[in-house]
Amino acid sequence: MKLFSILFLILPVLTGTVNAGEWSGSVVLQGQLFNHSPLFQNQPGNNLSLSISPEYYQGWQNDAHSLTIEPFFRLDANDPERTHFDLREFIYSVNRDTWVFSVGVGKVFWGVTEAQHLVDVINQTDLVESLDAEDKLGQPMLHLSLIRDWGTSEFFILPGFRERTFPGEKARLRTSPYIDSSQSQYSSRNGDKHVDYAFRYSHTKGNWDYGFSWFYGTNRDPGFTGGTDNNGQPVLIPVYSLMHQVGLDVQLVSGNWLWKLEAIHRRANGSNYNATTSGFEYTWVGILGSSYDLGLITEYLYDSRGNLAPTLFNKDILLGTRFVFNDTASSEVLLGVVIDPDQHEYLYLIEASTRLNDNWKLNVEARIFSGLNPSSPIYDLRNDDFLQIEFQYYF
Amino acid sequence: MPRILLTLLLLLTSAVALAQTPEERGLEIAKEADKRDTGWGDQKSSTRMVLHNRHGQTSIRKMHNRSLEVIGDGDKSIIIFDQPRDVKGTAFLSFSHAVKPDDQWLYLPALKRVKRISSNNKSGPFMGSEFAYEDLSSQEVAKYTYKFLKNDTLDGRDVFVIERFPAYKHSGYKRQIAYVDKKMYQPLKVIFFDRKNALYKTLYFKKYHQYLNHYWRANTMQMVNHQSGKSTELIWESISFKNGFNDADFNRNSLKRAR
Repeated sequence: MKLFSILFLILPVLTGTVNAGEWSGSVVLQGQLFNHSPLFQNQPGNNLSLSISPEYYQGWQNDAHSLTIEPFFRLDANDPERTHFDLREFIYSVNRDTWVFSVGVGKVFWGVTEAQHLVDVINQTDLVESLDAEDKLGQPMLHLSLIRDWGTSEFFILPGFRERTFPGEKARLRTSPYIDSSQSQYSSRNGDKHVDYAFRYSHTKGNWDYGFSWFYGTNRDPGFTGGTDNNGQPVLIPVYSLMHQVGLDVQLVSGNWLWKLEAIHRRANGSNYNATTSGFEYTWVGILGSSYDLGLITEYLYDSRGNLAPTLFNKDILLGTRFVFNDTASSEVLLGVVIDPDQHEYLYLIEASTRLNDNWKLNVEARIFSGLNPSSPIYDLRNDDFLQIEFQYYF
Repeated sequence: MPRILLTLLLLLTSAVALAQTPEERGLEIAKEADKRDTGWGDQKSSTRMVLHNRHGQTSIRKMHNRSLEVIGDGDKSIIIFDQPRDVKGTAFLSFSHAVKPDDQWLYLPALKRVKRISSNNKSGPFMGSEFAYEDLSSQEVAKYTYKFLKNDTLDGRDVFVIERFPAYKHSGYKRQIAYVDKKMYQPLKVIFFDRKNALYKTLYFKKYHQYLNHYWRANTMQMVNHQSGKSTELIWESISFKNGFNDADFNRNSLKRAR
């Protein structure tokens, strides 16, 4: 990385076109209100937290070369694990019509579905940020995209593995025993130094968007083993193994309908499994002659490991309704429920946002866990129904 | 004898002219307008949108746009949002089509995600403004059927008054009345009627400038919604042609790095 930073420093001088880069970003004040008292020792009642994510962008020669730097920092009132710093991006790119080469720490998204992102395996999940696993840690990478009329081929070399973040002992929304990520174990002899490789081919043809992906390297999803922490308390220790994964993502747009499929086949620890997310999003523009849009989301989540799957989603259904108000404040509300029809478990979610003025935005989120069985991987969250309110200031 | 022939010929041609129906005349004007606006190639611009609500409060949107002329189909365009700050960096790619739904993708920079948008939303509001997507996409002859109403004057300029009916079945409009300047073959005013045929909106085109000694572009477009009392002005702060754009500048890959 040292070499790269030197490169970044001298590059503007080399190109001779030093113009000031742009700064932007946001600061978020977040409050989490829990409806029930905590189940476990050391867990707080409510929580308060502050995060900042500035972004610096510098382009040269009409953006043929560019540098993006995006650090992230969160300060949490209760959980030292959630107080964390990450370099989301520190990436230098050479951009051409037919190819793009990037080197540094970057973020990549693959896939089409909403409930979960099966094929999206480049970046590790920053799980302390949110249960929905949408927040990702920056990944060191060399990334080459070849852009042709017949599709885009992308090659990745991924040196350096990022461990998943987990809520600590002093956090809500955690398992019991808590997960001690300071003792993480690896099945590869190289530990977290294993160099991972990935390839993706994607294309758009008419109403179809599709992608095929391949990954070999350290599984971003850890298994767990029992252990004890410094104080002799029982803990869960993440165990990272190597995996092979092939993935497919397909999307068809047809009028108001978006049809979606993500499918993976994964081999890890000598066993194989398949998982899919499939469904649709239907958008009704201008409901009943108004200017509101109504979106209906249905996705079916399947995992061949059944109830043994260390995931929420083994044979579940997501039903969601998105209201887009199309007002000047860009207000939106998403109501959803993830249903496990066999176990009669329900996870309700609400996500809403509205713009307060040119710089401020209000985000509201709620989760309700209902009917969790002792066998559920999130049984320990049964008292953690919460309402989260965020005031976000953009600069 | 020749005189008789000439008279006959004159009679015949005027008969042909008379035989042109208002529909044919309307289409002819639309085709001429299209012909005069063909060949501009590509275009880059920065725009500001001022949204006025009923109570006189305003809010500002800023964006910059790139478009590529596609002969025989709708144009390709990318819009990159600059303001409000929460949507800064969000980019919208559209392949517009006259009669079938547009192809649309949205890039969400926080997630690095390109999302396909189901595209029957041509009638939906653009960024909470009084403009619908279909008001802003490229004007193609096949988008409407036409009917010439009359010759008239508007603010001292000679205009054709043409009624046009959207060919796209999910259009938000039943019909429009366009006042087309006879010199520029560009609209000065368009009156929109909603699907129930009630007066809906009026769009005014102001401050036309000619570029490359040929192409006319209005510097300001003002859309007034008669039903809600709201209005939106769309103001071009800069515009340039001959940027050398090609198809490669308008795909999912270029959308991800559009600045």
